Amino acid sequence: MSDIKKIKDEYLNKLDNDLDTESVNQIKTELFGKNGQISNSFKTLGSLPNDERKKFASDLNSIKEELQEKINSKLQEIQIKEINSKLENEKLDVTLPEREIKQGKIHPVSQVIDEISSIFSEIGFSVEEGPDVENEHYNFTALNTPDNHPARDMHDTFYLDNNKEILLRTHTSPVQVRTMLNGKPPFKIIAPGRTYRSDSDQTHSPMFHQVEGLHIDKDINMGHLKGCLNYFIKSFFEVDKIKMRFRPSHFPFTEPSAEVDIGYELKDGKIVIGEGDKWLEILGCGMVHPNVLKNVNVNPDKYQGYAFGIGIDRLGMLKYGINDLRAFFETDYRWLNHFGFDPLDVPSNYRGLSR
Amino acid sequence: MKFTMSWLKEHLETKHKDTQIINKLTDIGLEVESFTNFSSDLDNFKVAKIINAEQHPNADRLRVCDVDIGQKNIVKVVCGAPNAKKDLLTVYAAPGSVIPKNNMKLTVSKIRGVTSYGMLCSESELKLSDESEGITELKPSKYSDKIGKNFFKNNTEKVVDLSITPNRPDCLGVRGIARDLAATGVGKLKSISRKNIKKDGSQNIKVSITKDKNQGCTIFASCLIKGVTNKESPKWLKEKIETLGQKPISAIVDITNYVMLDLNRPLHAYDADKIDKEIIVRNSKKGETFEALDNKEYKLDDGMCVISDQSGVLGLGGVIGGTRSGTELETKNILLESAYFIPRSIRKTSKLLNIDTDAKFRFERGIDPQSVELGLQKASQLISEICGGKISKFDIQKIKQYKNLEIKFNTSLFEKITGFKVKENEIIKILKDLGFEVSKKKSELSLKVPSWRPDISQPIDIVEEVVRIKGYENIETIEPKKNRLKDTLNKQQKLFHFLQRSVASKGYLETVTWSFTDSRINKFFKENLKEIKIVNPISSDLDVLRNSIFSNLAFYLKKNLDRGFKDISLFEIGPIFKNKQPGEQLTVIGAIKSGKISRLNWNEKDRSVDIFDVKKDLIQTLMEAGYDKQIFFIRDKSPSYYHPGKSGSVYLDKDDIDPVAYFGELHPNIVKKLDIKTEGVVGFEIYLDYLKDTKIKLKDQKLNFEYSDYQKSERDYAFVVDKNYKAQDLIEIISSIDKNLIRSIKIFDIYEGENIPDGKKSIALNVTIQSSEKTLEENDLEKINKLIISTVESKSGAKIRS
Repeated sequence: MSDIKKIKDEYLNKLDNDLDTESVNQIKTELFGKNGQISNSFKTLGSLPNDERKKFASDLNSIKEELQEKINSKLQEIQIKEINSKLENEKLDVTLPEREIKQGKIHPVSQVIDEISSIFSEIGFSVEEGPDVENEHYNFTALNTPDNHPARDMHDTFYLDNNKEILLRTHTSPVQVRTMLNGKPPFKIIAPGRTYRSDSDQTHSPMFHQVEGLHIDKDINMGHLKGCLNYFIKSFFEVDKIKMRFRPSHFPFTEPSAEVDIGYELKDGKIVIGEGDKWLEILGCGMVHPNVLKNVNVNPDKYQGYAFGIGIDRLGMLKYGINDLRAFFETDYRWLNHFGFDPLDVPSNYRGLSR
Repeated sequence: MKFTMSWLKEHLETKHKDTQIINKLTDIGLEVESFTNFSSDLDNFKVAKIINAEQHPNADRLRVCDVDIGQKNIVKVVCGAPNAKKDLLTVYAAPGSVIPKNNMKLTVSKIRGVTSYGMLCSESELKLSDESEGITELKPSKYSDKIGKNFFKNNTEKVVDLSITPNRPDCLGVRGIARDLAATGVGKLKSISRKNIKKDGSQNIKVSITKDKNQGCTIFASCLIKGVTNKESPKWLKEKIETLGQKPISAIVDITNYVMLDLNRPLHAYDADKIDKEIIVRNSKKGETFEALDNKEYKLDDGMCVISDQSGVLGLGGVIGGTRSGTELETKNILLESAYFIPRSIRKTSKLLNIDTDAKFRFERGIDPQSVELGLQKASQLISEICGGKISKFDIQKIKQYKNLEIKFNTSLFEKITGFKVKENEIIKILKDLGFEVSKKKSELSLKVPSWRPDISQPIDIVEEVVRIKGYENIETIEPKKNRLKDTLNKQQKLFHFLQRSVASKGYLETVTWSFTDSRINKFFKENLKEIKIVNPISSDLDVLRNSIFSNLAFYLKKNLDRGFKDISLFEIGPIFKNKQPGEQLTVIGAIKSGKISRLNWNEKDRSVDIFDVKKDLIQTLMEAGYDKQIFFIRDKSPSYYHPGKSGSVYLDKDDIDPVAYFGELHPNIVKKLDIKTEGVVGFEIYLDYLKDTKIKLKDQKLNFEYSDYQKSERDYAFVVDKNYKAQDLIEIISSIDKNLIRSIKIFDIYEGENIPDGKKSIALNVTIQSSEKTLEENDLEKINKLIISTVESKSGAKIRS
């Protein structure tokens, strides 16, 4: 017994010295190796008388545990010391630039389309689409704009054939026609997309974007139209109040028709929507003309409703302070970076349209 | 449509202020484009003299002129007019001026490198005439002492410019505008004083309207005025014409224009002595020609409505008169025409001949057929007052009777459409003020539509009239309900939206380019698709619909490289066109990447972009969209615009017929031809229409979440295979040996060269083996190890590298 206590004290003392990993391992072998002192002591157990054996075994085990624990903590202590001394030589200049970042961007037109879809989603509209190439019937005739109608002159049309039967759609309204022909009322849709007019100057580009809206049901009147657009504009510009003016106008496919102006003022060269006494025209709308409903096999005595068309690019320009329409389509890397949106900035109802 | 306030008040008795009237106009749908003091707007237009004109250094068709704008000021103006010559007197518009024709505001600008301070104007730009070839030439006799003076007369008249929608021809006359205003209560419409005019003798030039098919003229009224003295118009008339920006010509012409602007009643005056015996209104015959008042010779087609005499065509009815019978200052006897032409016929003729005149603009919108006599009356009376002469009896030829349309109107429709109520007697009053004849029949109103309103044909039009006059501000705002019956986006739209943002998240800038492109670039990318020409392109380099997104992306890539950008990643999602019928289009993502990765980066070595960069972006995008990469299949087939050896296609499944995507390096020949200068150009395309629905949906429950905690083992192999052997095949052979044990295969090296025979390569791979039932023992592993080697060797002809 006193032997093993002596061994214990001796080695606990040794382990209190300043040691390196190697010497600790040496101690470990001396104690617990094949011929180690503790290992050898266990071998003597068999030769002891019964009454002594039990006590000796228990003492030996507790000494073994104590020594092992001491060795482990010593090893850990040494490792931490080694790491700490290494750390002193591992100081980096963290102000050096990170590895290359490539941030992608979403084009403002796409972002605005998503914003629009998100807003109309909340009040029950679904998204429809139609082809960019249209025939003359869907683009004009079915929309109550027969061949001899002067309103056709307001659409500078790109044609794909000499008979002027196939064309690039001049507005998104043909989607109304296709949607109604393919379904049954009620209809409650928006249709964003590319539109084309052979017009190019400071404020016109041969391709631009529109969103069409259509709501047809049994009792949809001009009050609903006003409410819907008022809701949309307020949500889109993320303002509490909006000044809106409905003005009578004319579109062959709606009757009565209206153009909508919103109030704004200029502050430090920026357009502030919802205040001031200046008016800005932003969209055309009206009650769908009975002739259009007849053309798509909807009974105008039973069903009625409104339609509207909004210029998407223009909305984007107003909201995000973009001055030049043509720049939208010029793929200038600087412009795309400046006005583009982070792809994770997905407009939605619950987290808001924009950051 | 322009008019002055004082002119309006000739028809409207009102005490309302100008601003109230202006606001009211907009409220009832007559949009006010501008309301200006006539003088202030046009003060910027000066009489000027070109003192020197030199060839523009950078443009053949342009000249750089030194222009004397008075008070010893000389400015430099770049001008493209062929008649811009030394000593010419013309009209100069200073920077800041608004050009009457297109409302464009002038700025000081550089034209091909030479700064131009202002502009020299053509008559058409000043809205003096349709003459647009060359700048205005002023007579030295009248203007040589007026250099620097205002070209337009000072006049404090307030001019209103309205934008009249095509459905309202009646408001192309001042009286129509006054009538609309009166209906809203801002005044009273004055009645037209009809003085009895003395008529002498009969109109003895025979007029006949033939019964040709689709005869474009249905009424032709006329009178002779004999013994007139044509002259300059009196001051009041000249000023009226001038304030509207038109050029006075002679009393007779000015009077016909005045009546047109006043009542929207176009008229035409012929020199009666130049008419060969009779007037025949008939269809033209193919090949007939005549010289019109715009001094152009027109060759006619069959079936155009012409006014002719025995010698031939005098003019195109309702479109333009001819020079042969035009009035001049010497004209003694005139025949005054007041006719009705059918809008469709006018439109067809003017479109075919590409003529746009005031008369055409009005007739194609619809002139009041019942105003022929009123027009003759007012004009002949003015002519005899100003020019003297005796007025004959009116001759009226008609081949059709025009009756007022009758509409039955149930007033409840008004509330049904507008959502608010207006009392019946108020509706009746509004309609009466607008010229309707109204009678009440039980629950309906019986309405006679005024003959000047061709736009009104059914009850919904009546609703518009009433709500327009009553005011749109009376429509209440009904808050929309927040309920949704249908998904906002369908599957394809969700996919579009997802892929768009997925690609952008990999560092690509989204762009939106035209759906059309340059056929010279498109031809590189169109493959076997048809070229789809635009008949009337905006410019010759945007002449076809795009068959691929790459044509525009490549074009703009070059532009950005030329701007000095080097490492560019661009993408677009949008339509490409297979053919020209509606619907023959596909939605495609095109992405393009150029330059280097980690250019000038302190801690990474730079390298050129390569196809495995875009392959990663492509595969990851598809994975993120929910497609299973494990079953993707890559083939080395791709469209010819890719590098033949460095491109491939992706199939969602080995058995699929159509690839969903391509990736690769752009063909070096195309890069060269487009003069794209960069280290590398790679790209990919995803065809959204070919992407099937993903098999597993997010909403599907993931039932079988199985995993193994038994020990994994890894083994490395190197196989020597033929140089063209595909890694994909090797992986497939190994993975199909035992799908339960072989968990992953990674290729970590490809080697050709020393120690490897010619025409061969070594593929080194690492295989992870793990059982879900037990910890594998050494002999289990050895078994699978041997199986891998023997299977690969027998199926691929490879040799294990020892």
